[in-house]
Amino acid sequence: MSRQPDVPSSMVFLPHEGLSGLLDHLRSEGYRCLGPVVRDGAIQMEPVAHPDAFPIGFRDRQEKGTYALEDAGDARMFAFANGPQGLKPWLFSPRETLWHVARRGTALAFEPAEIDAAPLAVIGIRSCDLAAIAIQDRHFLGGARPDPAYAARRGGLFVVAVNCTHAGPTCFCVSTGDGPAARAGFDVALTELEDGFVAAAGSERGERALAGLGLAPAGGAREAAAHERVAAAGSAQTRSLPGRDLQAALLANLLHPRWEAVAGRCLSCGNCTLVCPTCFCHCEREEVSSGGASAEHYREWDSCFSEGHAFIHGLQVRPDIRSRYRQWLTHKLGGWHDQFGRSGCVGCGRCITWCPVGIDITEEAAAVCGAATP
Amino acid sequence: MARLRVSVHKFSSCDGCQLALLNRVEEVMRLADRVAFVHFAELGYVNPDAPVDVAFVEGSVSTPEEVMRIRELRKNARTLVTIGACATAGGIQALRNLQADGRAWVAALYPSPEHVSLLGTSHAISRYVAVDLELWGCPVDSRQVFSAIQALALGVMPINPRDSVCMACKREGNVCVLVAHGAPCMGPVTRSGCGALCPRFGRACYACYGPSEQVNGLALTQRLASLGLDPDAIARRFLSINNAAGPFTEAGLRARASQ
Ligand code: SF4
Ligand code: SF4
Ligand code: SF4
Ligand code: SF4
Repeated sequence: MSRQPDVPSSMVFLPHEGLSGLLDHLRSEGYRCLGPVVRDGAIQMEPVAHPDAFPIGFRDRQEKGTYALEDAGDARMFAFANGPQGLKPWLFSPRETLWHVARRGTALAFEPAEIDAAPLAVIGIRSCDLAAIAIQDRHFLGGARPDPAYAARRGGLFVVAVNCTHAGPTCFCVSTGDGPAARAGFDVALTELEDGFVAAAGSERGERALAGLGLAPAGGAREAAAHERVAAAGSAQTRSLPGRDLQAALLANLLHPRWEAVAGRCLSCGNCTLVCPTCFCHCEREEVSSGGASAEHYREWDSCFSEGHAFIHGLQVRPDIRSRYRQWLTHKLGGWHDQFGRSGCVGCGRCITWCPVGIDITEEAAAVCGAATP
Repeated sequence: MARLRVSVHKFSSCDGCQLALLNRVEEVMRLADRVAFVHFAELGYVNPDAPVDVAFVEGSVSTPEEVMRIRELRKNARTLVTIGACATAGGIQALRNLQADGRAWVAALYPSPEHVSLLGTSHAISRYVAVDLELWGCPVDSRQVFSAIQALALGVMPINPRDSVCMACKREGNVCVLVAHGAPCMGPVTRSGCGALCPRFGRACYACYGPSEQVNGLALTQRLASLGLDPDAIARRFLSINNAAGPFTEAGLRARASQ
């Protein structure tokens, strides 16, 4: 697992064309590489063979409920804000078999599902998503019984982070304290300039990866330029939450009329929760096969906007959209402080962009907590 | 273990749901030691009046004869399962329910309407008899029906989610066609079950699975309007295959009234 070095290693310069060398190195170490690619009109994390597949020159336009890409025609590889998903689908699978059970005469035989733990290297993960992974780590690995499938995939993960030099209008990681620079949880961090990257290692294996590429020191001017660009991406953010800890303010406003108002606009579709990189809710189901000779027990992504989430024996405790939206916000921005010692929002802005009706968590939180939206 | 006796019946419908079942028939046949088809005309078994454990019903009730037949069928079936939009919500043919005189369309459509015996309405099976399980879709998802047969053979209720198509869409890893392409997707108000088939191919969902558990028709209407759909186009999105499903009727008529 990656760690933060005690002494920051010196920064080196990795030209754009040198990035393929890093991928080659990772592949030779047995990693399957994931990186950003344009698929179906959005930037997604997918298996990649070469950085040529990255969205070179692409810019994104994101606003409440809208997303579009355009090609600026330049050489920048990471001049866009995050797409619809972080690394969540790769670590916490949308649907996963946990065990099989088969009839053997009159007995039942339980067998754990096979776990595909081929080590992954991910290129281009952003600081908000690293913060989200740290939260999901606590959820899936923190207790007495760590989740074996998540643990297997997470254990092998090699992280090449990219510090944001371009923030989207829906980003607000500065306000949650999670960006735009990656501070921990990476093996290598890159900051993009016109002609390449200022690269730093965050772990021993990251150091080894960079050392093998024979790179020159970045030098003071490049380091300063990199720093400036990241700072500019931070100050370009226009959205923010009204505070880092809104638990008390939310709980004091459980009957606020805003909940009714947002319920009028909310579709209860669940998109916000499924694009959120920290949401971990799932349901478990049984599916019979071979005419009842065997069954599969699987889990799949669920949401506090679904009926099953609030169904306890004989009673639906959140029967309407108002109570479900309120659950989402009061848990994410409130209850998480008790569970994880921090809010569940890392400011990635996905729930704003990918809400089909463009409901904005920062506006709703500000309205309920009584602060004016900046 | 006694075999599950199954029948498949047709009412007012296009046969598409039975075809969806036939698509999996080899797999169904492999269950021969657990499942026996007693009546399934498309497969060559004809015994419509035999008592069965599970009767699958395709089609809506839209003729006087069908009213009698569904009542008889109910008496013969321990468990009655509707398959598809027609049987579950009345189907596209329920559009005539919205007319002042539903029978008037017969005269417009058929050269000799006097030979057509038709009710003024097309209704879901549940309007006439108790239904134990409703499987939606136009057509039903063959995997879902197949999985339902297996669960019923084991004596448990099948998985039949009512959450939105969006949930399945995100699990599939599709890019949202509404957000990224401005397509008039009905996924947010439609129940899952199809695995978000249409968005998987870049198309907007047209709501063939009927209403999800929580439908906010007004919120989607406003969003569709902001995408440039006029009230009539919005009304048609709701008043389509599942026009007779309560929340869709309401949203569609409201959109139409706002013209
Ligand atoms: S709540 Fe919204 S902005 Fe915050 S982490 Fe989740 S998806 Fe991102
Ligand atoms: S806030 Fe938006 S994305 Fe979330 S459930 Fe409501 S409509 Fe769907
Ligand atoms: S494409 Fe349609 S079904 Fe999929 S998330 Fe978007 S609105 Fe929902
Ligand atoms: S996506 Fe919508 S229209 Fe397409 S099969 Fe599914 S429910 Fe039917």
